[in-house]
Amino acid sequence: MSEPLRVPTMAEYMAQGKQPEVLFWVGCSGSFDDRAKKITKAFARILNKANVDFAVLGAEESCTGDPAKRAGNEFLFQMQAVTNIEVLNGYEIKKIVTACPHCFNTLKNEYPSLGGTYEVVHHTQFLKSLLEDGRLTVEGGKFKGKRITFHDPCYLGRANNVYEAPRDLLRKLEVELVEMRKCKTNGLCCGAGGAQMFKEPEQGNKDVNIERTEQALEVKPDIIAAGCPFCNTMMTDGVKNKEKEDSIEVMDVAEMIAAAEEL
Amino acid sequence: MQYIPNILFLIILFLGVGFFIKNVKKLFRNINLGKDINRSDQKPLRWRNMAKIALGQYKMVKRPVSGILHVVVYLGFIIINIEVLEIIIDGLFGTHRVFSFLGSVYDFLIGSFEVLALLVIVAIVIFWMRRNVIRIKRFLNPEMKGWPKMDGNLILYFEIVLMTLFLMMNATDLQLQMMGATHYASEAGLVGAFPISQYIAPLFEGVSESTLVLIERAAWWMHIIGILIFLNYLYYSKHLHILLAFPNTWYAKLQPKGEFDNLDSVTKEVMLMMDPNADPFAAPAEEEEGEPEKFGASDVMDLNWVQLMNSYSCTECGRCTSECPANQTGKKLSPRKIMMDTRDRLEVVSKNIDANGEFVPDGKQLLDDHISKEELWACTTCNACTEACPIGIDPLSIIMDMRRYMVMEESAAPSDLNNAMTNIENNGAPWPFNQMDRANWIHEN
Repeated sequence: MSEPLRVPTMAEYMAQGKQPEVLFWVGCSGSFDDRAKKITKAFARILNKANVDFAVLGAEESCTGDPAKRAGNEFLFQMQAVTNIEVLNGYEIKKIVTACPHCFNTLKNEYPSLGGTYEVVHHTQFLKSLLEDGRLTVEGGKFKGKRITFHDPCYLGRANNVYEAPRDLLRKLEVELVEMRKCKTNGLCCGAGGAQMFKEPEQGNKDVNIERTEQALEVKPDIIAAGCPFCNTMMTDGVKNKEKEDSIEVMDVAEMIAAAEEL
Repeated sequence: MQYIPNILFLIILFLGVGFFIKNVKKLFRNINLGKDINRSDQKPLRWRNMAKIALGQYKMVKRPVSGILHVVVYLGFIIINIEVLEIIIDGLFGTHRVFSFLGSVYDFLIGSFEVLALLVIVAIVIFWMRRNVIRIKRFLNPEMKGWPKMDGNLILYFEIVLMTLFLMMNATDLQLQMMGATHYASEAGLVGAFPISQYIAPLFEGVSESTLVLIERAAWWMHIIGILIFLNYLYYSKHLHILLAFPNTWYAKLQPKGEFDNLDSVTKEVMLMMDPNADPFAAPAEEEEGEPEKFGASDVMDLNWVQLMNSYSCTECGRCTSECPANQTGKKLSPRKIMMDTRDRLEVVSKNIDANGEFVPDGKQLLDDHISKEELWACTTCNACTEACPIGIDPLSIIMDMRRYMVMEESAAPSDLNNAMTNIENNGAPWPFNQMDRANWIHEN
């Protein structure tokens, strides 16, 4: 923890006439939300450890437009997209990694027809490739044998069919991976998608995150693993609501890897 | 005189099929009220999907109980319909079991039809119990009251009656053959194999030949008339899925579920705004006459034809709704209701066109008059509904198109969302943080 993070910006790289291996798209949550910033830093520390040549856009990054698009504001979404694409193309970005499945989905699927085509990967996919290439090694460490259940983010799982990358990482940590009764293609949403994160829920008899937290508690996990900053917030709130925050943690897969490696 | 039954049969067949064709034409007309969308790319994949999902029932069996029962009824109906061909030929030409020249193959066919008919009856009874005795939750949602509930049961009654008539027809036919009745008995011996109706036939022992003929003919006529009525019932029922499931899976979205279409009409405007060379005072181009394009959908004509076909294909099984996070937590949204409302509104528009020759605005629309804003705002866009649908219906795309209308045409978003969108516009994040602070996390502890 003592070593300061090395996180260069694209502007700095450009000034040196260099091109990074990958752009780390931090996203709004990852930049501003106190809980999500911890995920961002954990991921950056792993990247540093693995000597990945990466950069961020910093102040040149802006919302991908996902919440605007899901809210129905196609106009605002496309304005954001076109502006971001101009920046990304200006830096000749080829590959993007992000810890937010919403940014991931939007950049990967919705930017190409507006002129922005990149190889976009979710951070769990990227970490998995680092392990496969031998650039990063992880051992069970403090999570060995712990009961972990992974909550599938809708925009990673059903939306883009990525189910195994986060689970493969958890297996590397030698955890006891337990599945909720609703998982993978049948996974239940945390309640934040479709711009719900930014509004009050409609009248009902329960909040979606409570329902999902109850499903997670059924399998009696030590840790609920997440792969999305919004899911993380929703599940953390759910666990607090059930007054289980002392016994159950909600952690991003990247945070778990960083913690296992004592980064 | 002896040709009267044949002529009567021809007339009934003509009316039955004719009326059905008339409704099929109406179906095409209504679906084509939708906007154009290109869903004819990647044909090999589309054929594969149709074979796997519609023909192969791949998604149905994800819920094993209802799935396997459905496969029984599905196979039963497809295979038993081969028999309908024989019934039609017999009816037209006054023959008796015209395909019997196939010999042992014929015996095998009739035998398997009988076994399937019994299995179908068993499956239908279980289906009926699930709806009316066990009362499975997804059949009891508010949108399933009244006609949709009756529709679901009527279909089951229809099927059970048709299957019973089929077995009755065979049982009496068998009894008549064994009695050596003229027209029925064949010199070659027993025609057809009757593994099920052989147990019904003894009930008719001692019944006179003329009564038996009467029962056999009645069962035969009611069976074929029943089939024709059922065929024509389809257009008015959720049961259209038996036909539309096939094109529905063929034309389904192939992109990743998370990819929502980018509206071209918006792209045009955005590109113009971003173009430094665009003349802000330029008059609109000559060819862009008429009304400017509406953003999003407030009525069925604003949807695309695949969405409208989806609405006719929906058989209201409710798997979407039972998987929907909003519905599970008591919100008003039900993806099945979105499809049912779309079809209901499309039918109103259809009747309007029938009456007036073209659509005359009736002061009503899909939004508000059928689907409320509260339902639309409850969606988390999680794609549970599209994943659950056994035939690839996409309620989410309709919800999104209607949100677009609410936001871009009516500016009617919930105030919290308006705040978030204003923030995105002003400082590039849904929260009011300065864009210049985006990299602050690097140096924070």
